[in-house]
Amino acid sequence: MQRAEQRDEVEMLALMLLIRRFEERASQQYQAQKIGGFCHLYIGQEAVVVGAVAAVRDDDYIITAYRDHGHALARGTSANACMAELFGRETGCSRGLGGSMHFFNRQNHMYGGHAIVGAHVPLAVGLAFAIKYRGEDRVTLCFFGDGAINQGAFHEALNLAALYKLPIVFICENNLFAMGTSVKRSTSLKQIVDRAEGYDIPGEIVDGMNFREVRDKIAEIVSSIRKEPHPAFVEVRTYRYRGHSMSDPASYRTKQELEKYRLDDPITRLRAQLTREGKLTNEQFDQLDKKAKETVLASVKFAEKSPQPPLDKLYDYTYANGAGEAGVSPVKSNGLAADIAATE
Amino acid sequence: MREITYRQALNEALAEELERDPNVFLMGEEVAEYNGAYKVSQGLLERFGPRRIIDTPISENGFSGLGVGAAMVGLRPIIEFMTFSFSLVAFDQVVNNAPNMFTMSGGQFNIPITFRGPNGPAHQLGATHSHATEPLYANAPGLKVCTPATPRDAKGLLKTAVRDNNPVLVLEAELLYSSKGMVEPPDEELLIPLGQAEVKREGSDVSIICYSQTVPLALATAQKLEDEDISAEIVDLRSIKPLDEKAIFDSVAKTHRVVIVEQDCPFCGVGAEVCYRIQQNIFDELDAPIIRVSQEDVPMPYNERLEKAVLPNADKVIAAVKKVCYA
Repeated sequence: MQRAEQRDEVEMLALMLLIRRFEERASQQYQAQKIGGFCHLYIGQEAVVVGAVAAVRDDDYIITAYRDHGHALARGTSANACMAELFGRETGCSRGLGGSMHFFNRQNHMYGGHAIVGAHVPLAVGLAFAIKYRGEDRVTLCFFGDGAINQGAFHEALNLAALYKLPIVFICENNLFAMGTSVKRSTSLKQIVDRAEGYDIPGEIVDGMNFREVRDKIAEIVSSIRKEPHPAFVEVRTYRYRGHSMSDPASYRTKQELEKYRLDDPITRLRAQLTREGKLTNEQFDQLDKKAKETVLASVKFAEKSPQPPLDKLYDYTYANGAGEAGVSPVKSNGLAADIAATE
Repeated sequence: MREITYRQALNEALAEELERDPNVFLMGEEVAEYNGAYKVSQGLLERFGPRRIIDTPISENGFSGLGVGAAMVGLRPIIEFMTFSFSLVAFDQVVNNAPNMFTMSGGQFNIPITFRGPNGPAHQLGATHSHATEPLYANAPGLKVCTPATPRDAKGLLKTAVRDNNPVLVLEAELLYSSKGMVEPPDEELLIPLGQAEVKREGSDVSIICYSQTVPLALATAQKLEDEDISAEIVDLRSIKPLDEKAIFDSVAKTHRVVIVEQDCPFCGVGAEVCYRIQQNIFDELDAPIIRVSQEDVPMPYNERLEKAVLPNADKVIAAVKKVCYA
């Protein structure tokens, strides 16, 4: 199992680039109406998930909210599977049945992709409960936004995690806005991290635009959890460059504010650190970027060529063991599949 | 066979499944140290220890979600609601997370979880504590819902639910915990498949379709009808979803007259679904329009007299039967 400190920083930079280019391309494909539903982009926040994932083992559990493309990619889901999911294709990471907000990758311990704000925080506590129940030394990383911290599910989950001393890091990606509502207008606290104090959970504030700070702080916390299971809370201060979703022009904030954060870009920052230390040349960076762009472009081609989920499997993913198990008789609209086929 | 209570039957089912599979655990309010609000988990903490019999704070949303998360990685949680009226606080976890996960993940994550606890109106508990939640949950694709009415069904269905690879709700009957019935001895494995109704009493003139707390009501009413020379067949659905269409249709094809006695409220209730399926599939078998006897469509009043007026009772059932029999 790969240990955190062994992960190559240039590779992590490449991963951040992949996420950035993937999201840019997703945005373009959304505008071209190749992608349906809601689509929330992660641009600007790349150092958070890449830093966090770099701090843990591949068999640790991660789970997140609906802004999940970066989390799936950071956990090794291929750009092909991610783009195909956005296109609603059978080759997608959720077979085209989940969409942008519901990316899953069981093999790589990526437990979703959850679109009801705060509702996955109890699930994360359940993952951590299972770790402790089985006496394993894994850790669960639970990502959520600043909008989740005022939901009841969040509060109940933190209390349970503290009560049962579960191995979990609550990672609040504070990008300052829950959709269009700023933290100042949503939260009675001066700083989000103080939520943890109410549950006797140790909390930290981390600069989410700095890959190394995210990685090192989470690695330190995780190492302490592995010695003795307990919950921890990290408020990661970050910023999303785009609107809440594709339909949001983000008119609730100023251009100056956005520019301020852009100047502190997480990719530019890690690039500068590596260049300064002689670990990366400009040519090498250009190569990484070129490769990321190529990978993403290829993923669009892959998604376009991929088949639609077959209509005759419509009922196969409602109950495990398949439709008809234990006499399940779903209410089928007569000729539904044929109707859909006829309209295509 | 020996006679035990509904409560004991559930307790045996829990103990047997906890014994059989180390991935099974029981979690809920007062399930451990208090031995269960209705004593269903009596003695389980002592026998299985605090790792597997787990008390929670009053946080239905939190611990239901915890169960769903644990099920994602292969544990088989049994989540007890002190009453299903309280499950409404966890509605998002039960309806949005548990049954959707398998579809949303393209089949990667099934959720083998059991939600169980008392359901349905009890006695003068008022509007917030009297919910019959079965139509709410049966409406969600991906959930299975069963409603045992006897100790034998309670044991057999709960054990099956725990072994099912999907989220299953075992809606126990609050008023039947102390009722008694014959159940196979503990050394005999008792599993009752979901989706199998049972004819609790044979009859030839009318089919009374019922479940949960309306089963003893229907059986008692059938006795009274006997005095008036009406032979009622009592079909206990046992599972709401999956629904045993065949058992329903077989009975209707025999009697040609149907009264549905349900414990829920009428609008979009269980009986509406049963009616629809009968008329769609075996319309020609019917000799009279189907009548449903359910709660009245009002929030449950506390007052005892009014509560009785809201609930299905023998008089209402008899009147319905006479109407469908043109008697």
